[in-house]
Amino acid sequence: MGTFVLQRLLQSIGVLLAVSLVVFLAVYAIGDPVELLVSQEATELERDRMIQILGLDRPIWEQYLTFLGNALRGDLGQSFVHGEPAIQLIVSRMPATFELVFFALLLACLVGIPLGLVAGLHSDSRTSRIIMTGSILGYSLPNFWKGMMLILLLSVWVHWLPTSGRGETVTVLGVPLSFLTLDGIRHLVMPVLNLSIPNMALMTRLTASGAAEARLQDYVRFARAKGVRPQGIVRRHILRNILIPIVTVVGVEFGQLIAFSTITETVFAWPGMGKLLITSIYRLDRPVVVAYIMMITFLFVIINLTVDLIYAALDPRVKLMERAS
Amino acid sequence: MTSPLLDVRGLRTVFHFLDGAYTAVDGVSFAIRPGEVLGLVGESGSGKSVAGSSLIGLVDPPGEVIAGEVLFKGRDLRRLTERELRQLRGKEIAMIFQDSLAALNPVLTIGEQMAEAVTEHAEVPPAAARERAIAALRQVGITSPETRIDQYPHEFSGGMRQRVAIATALLNAPDLIIADEPTTALDVTIQGQILAEMQALARTTGTAVMWITHDLGVVSELADRVAVMYAGRIVEIGDTDDVLDRPRHPYTRGLLDSIPAENAPGSRLRQIEGAAPTLARRPAGCPFHPRCSRALPVCQEQEPGLSEGERGQAWRCHNPQEPLP
Repeated sequence: MGTFVLQRLLQSIGVLLAVSLVVFLAVYAIGDPVELLVSQEATELERDRMIQILGLDRPIWEQYLTFLGNALRGDLGQSFVHGEPAIQLIVSRMPATFELVFFALLLACLVGIPLGLVAGLHSDSRTSRIIMTGSILGYSLPNFWKGMMLILLLSVWVHWLPTSGRGETVTVLGVPLSFLTLDGIRHLVMPVLNLSIPNMALMTRLTASGAAEARLQDYVRFARAKGVRPQGIVRRHILRNILIPIVTVVGVEFGQLIAFSTITETVFAWPGMGKLLITSIYRLDRPVVVAYIMMITFLFVIINLTVDLIYAALDPRVKLMERAS
Repeated sequence: MTSPLLDVRGLRTVFHFLDGAYTAVDGVSFAIRPGEVLGLVGESGSGKSVAGSSLIGLVDPPGEVIAGEVLFKGRDLRRLTERELRQLRGKEIAMIFQDSLAALNPVLTIGEQMAEAVTEHAEVPPAAARERAIAALRQVGITSPETRIDQYPHEFSGGMRQRVAIATALLNAPDLIIADEPTTALDVTIQGQILAEMQALARTTGTAVMWITHDLGVVSELADRVAVMYAGRIVEIGDTDDVLDRPRHPYTRGLLDSIPAENAPGSRLRQIEGAAPTLARRPAGCPFHPRCSRALPVCQEQEPGLSEGERGQAWRCHNPQEPLP
């Protein structure tokens, strides 16, 4: 298994190289950051100096190679706008997003899996139809609209929750966390809910279809013939089998949410990575955008690897094999 | 003559479809004495498997048992609650299915699946349940059961998996095992071994067996008594020797004639013309009359009643075969 992990990590280098090239070219094509960085009143001389400092006067292939060389030493460039290393900028925003995504997915599983089981095990019942219809709604309502409705309802009308920001944080091992203070939790509720609702719906539907299929399997019949209690059948026989697709989706969604929780973070002014990405794109802050995509790519590689390892633990038929070289 | 262990009277199971209810098991009556092996024979679609599942309430919607009594040790199983039935299943009446790969849960070890048959019925410590499972595996001829018990179903061959299912059924020393075509999917040599083991086990443990099969050859080796099913009805029942040597119903005769071993070498194998009627198209009168060579005009209109011969042999036919000398 050690070889398997190592092989996958080596493969990821190829993926990272390909992504870096595509992103570098794409960002280059978006527009000229100098227009935004240099003030209107600057002289031609100041302007040229700026271009030279940023290295924008060199040909694109040279810029790319310089970037690659620096990247190998762990330096993904300096933000044009903030003047800080891009990595440092992203990492400083990471805890906020991770916290948001972690609780959103946790909530999605805690609500979605039980609802899905209820719907899937009694698929002809009224309750099941209500749950399944609700899940379509939860999945298809646009995120920004749901966010604004939440604000309207919970902040503007009933004044229960604050509309934006992270609230009071507590620093644990150098990482600022919101969920340890009451004020922080109050700030967390709405963005977590907003991010969680579509995933709750997804978990519900996934669990429901899995359970509906599993309960008709012969092993469930055999378990009933053995006299296993209904709870035992659901817990041991059905849940263990449908956990496999659920783990895949949680993995994919974890990556997706971390990378692109942009809309929710914008609506609730949550100071996370998504918000950083969107401002960086607006300001043509190339190093931050490139570094961001690179880090997200790496994150996906790690997540996929983790999902594969969990697979092997859940399904005895899966053997992690090193590809024959 | 001892009183029967299981006495089934007028069992009727229907399947509800959009355009009405179709009768799969139509007034079936038979009895099994303690330690006796009853072979229930019929073609696909004759209702034999549904009859087996109906006994212990394992018919799932749209199927429903609508009439009859299932007297097991004097208790009518149809009057029991689902909870009482569950306590009985696997403990007093065990069931084995045709497809042992599908009947074993792919993500649980053999040990987990066997042990639950013990722990669901009695307060038994896990180690003791495991010991019992190992002993049962050894009983059905699985070598080194101590290591095999921690393996998963996909690591077993087809014959081995069916032995596991049989061992599971034996765990609680039930009074009756309902075996639904357990050897059909196996090759002939394995089938022979399992039949021999099953017969020996039934003898030594005093367990009665209801062996559901389409194969009269299997029945002749194993069963004390045989019941032949056609279109949801038992058309002939009696001691195996009587029914196989002196069949009275033309359908039983037809089944016997289509066994290669029963025919003279080189002679053309006879077969029953036509196909068994589907659930939706059961002919009026005797359901076998369209395929019967001995059919009389009365067979089209009137369903034959039960005629009785010696040693409890009984048949439903207007124009039965004369018993051969």
